Amino acid sequence: MPIEIYANVLVAGVLTGLVYGLSALGLSVIFGVIRIVNFAHGEMMVMGMFLAFVLFRWLGLDPLYSMPIAAAALFLFGYLLQVTLVHRVAHLPEHLQFLLLAAVATVLVSSGQMIFGPDARSVQVAYALDSYAIGPLIVDKVRLLAGTAALGVAALLFAFFRYTLLGKSIRACADNYQGALVVGLNVPRLYALTFGIGAACIGAAGAIILLLVDVHPYLAPGYTLLAFVVVIVGGLGSLPGALLGGVLIGASEALAGFLFVPSLKSAFSFAVLIIVLLFRPQGLLGRAAP
Amino acid sequence: MPRKEEGGDRRLTRRSFTASAAAAGLVAGGAGFVRAQGAPLKVGVILPRTGIQAESGQSCHQGAEVALPILKERGYPDLVLMPGDTESKVDVARTVAERLINEGAQILVGAFDSGQTSAIAQVAELRRVPLVINIAAAPAITEQGYRYVFRNFTTAGMIVTDMLLLQKEVFAYAKVTPKTMVLMHVNDTYGTAVLGGIKALMPKHDMPFPLGEVIAYDPAARDLSVEVAKAKATGAALLWAISRVNDSILITREMVKQRWQPMGVIAAGPGWYEDQYLQTLGTLANDMISTVPWYDPNKAMSKALIAAVANAFPGRNVATNQAYTFEALLIVADAYQRAKSADANALADALRQTNITDNVTIGTVKFNAKGQNETVHCAAAQNRDGRLIVVAPRSSANGEPIWPMRPWDKKA
Repeated sequence: MPIEIYANVLVAGVLTGLVYGLSALGLSVIFGVIRIVNFAHGEMMVMGMFLAFVLFRWLGLDPLYSMPIAAAALFLFGYLLQVTLVHRVAHLPEHLQFLLLAAVATVLVSSGQMIFGPDARSVQVAYALDSYAIGPLIVDKVRLLAGTAALGVAALLFAFFRYTLLGKSIRACADNYQGALVVGLNVPRLYALTFGIGAACIGAAGAIILLLVDVHPYLAPGYTLLAFVVVIVGGLGSLPGALLGGVLIGASEALAGFLFVPSLKSAFSFAVLIIVLLFRPQGLLGRAAP
Repeated sequence: MPRKEEGGDRRLTRRSFTASAAAAGLVAGGAGFVRAQGAPLKVGVILPRTGIQAESGQSCHQGAEVALPILKERGYPDLVLMPGDTESKVDVARTVAERLINEGAQILVGAFDSGQTSAIAQVAELRRVPLVINIAAAPAITEQGYRYVFRNFTTAGMIVTDMLLLQKEVFAYAKVTPKTMVLMHVNDTYGTAVLGGIKALMPKHDMPFPLGEVIAYDPAARDLSVEVAKAKATGAALLWAISRVNDSILITREMVKQRWQPMGVIAAGPGWYEDQYLQTLGTLANDMISTVPWYDPNKAMSKALIAAVANAFPGRNVATNQAYTFEALLIVADAYQRAKSADANALADALRQTNITDNVTIGTVKFNAKGQNETVHCAAAQNRDGRLIVVAPRSSANGEPIWPMRPWDKKA
């Protein structure tokens, strides 16, 4: 079989994986700083998808352009969620944190079904079926734009945490909670901002993913699980790890599905997860426990 | 001598018994006379109106809704529809059938899904209420020795056989025959059952190509780019698809994006002819062929059905669901007319004697000893600018096949 066929599949997988990575970044940001696992991750992403869908239907706004709006809306949602609910369970055992966020997830799914119904909704952008021929490669335009947008948002996020005072403050909280308090940082506010930023990533990923996948309320659990796989493979709390994990999962799904049985694509992502857990449980770029 | 009871002799005598029996018979016969002469027949129409199969159930019900005025116009007796919703669940289907019978349904029609229909058939047989199956392909349903179950739909084996024969007819007519094929199928009960039928029957029909690569995909898949890439990589001239409407849309989009131009697509089953597919893809949906249980567009009854659906549901095409549900009610009305009684056994006997040629589907309506109509057949329906044209069998065709299919950018 010509090599370009494999290359096409790999490129598509990498581009899709970038979007997975952006979605998982949100999960990683929240856990990395606040040490809370957001079990409503997939549901929040579906919120972002529905918001982008509504903007497309009402205003004809391309999901790529509504991405900042979805990110801002989810930022606000995440901030308020942390301030009103999550911070109350932050000191409680993890199973109670899980229950709270699982309950939030259930409310979001049911609300989505009440408002939008159970049917899948899609957006038909003008370039939905376009592709670029780059030498022997045929690259799906939508996937290319989605992957590029995901990379751009991830780069912004990295720059925020590296070069801005606020970003450094948040990293300080993650590195040393007591130390952050001692130097006078407003940790609860920073935690709320962090949750908001994580949610914004998820919302942005949702808007982008709408270009690739039709949205319906029951899409969420699959994406929550996928995000967990990505961050565990990449390293929980590691931002570059989340992006790398997404690319690895996207590429492995695509290649394994192509080389073996497509209907078992998802099984290969979990096989990668098992291998990582066995041989490098902290993830590819995560830090080992002291 | 026996002592007389007070108030007269009330012992049962032969004379009193005979008189009572005659009176009872007169009353019963009179009631039957009244029922036959004017009372509408109560028909329980059981379909998946909600749940995952809601779209299909709703389109079936469209066929039922337009049936009553058409049948009345043709002099058939009145029917009263008693709708029942299975919620796309087998256990609910059973309960609904029981409920409708308890509420007075004298005959049942349903139920689109084979699992749900099997459950209803058990109830119908137990309660001795005739069931006319509109749509359900599982062969086993009419292999149980039921006396009250009648199916006017092709079995899975008949669908596969027709699929093989119809495409050969298209190839012969167009004088262009593919030599290689690839099959993509949804990896669920339906998809694997049809695949099994293809593997069993293909060797018996001297097809111009061997069974090529078989690519199964997850029914819940959100993205079929890898599967389509794999199909494209085989270099096959023909794509066979066993899918549902969402998958058919995903597959077509990927074929366009990946610039895969096979000779054509032949689908066995739902999806590629449905209104949602046609509306979502527009001209890109053109030239796809579906070999499915269908109607003969040239028959007078079909034309009446098409006109009624166009009037009642603008923008909707008549397809399998509407046609077969309509015909199920035609069968019911015809049986009631001949039975002249709403008695279950009379209706069942009349159904066994059914022989309708003024129908909508391809073939006639005639049940064998097992209650299966063996004369009903599929058609090859091709998408043409939002409409569905029958291109085979040629005896029922209302258009010429476009084969091979046009390039993606030339389908307008």
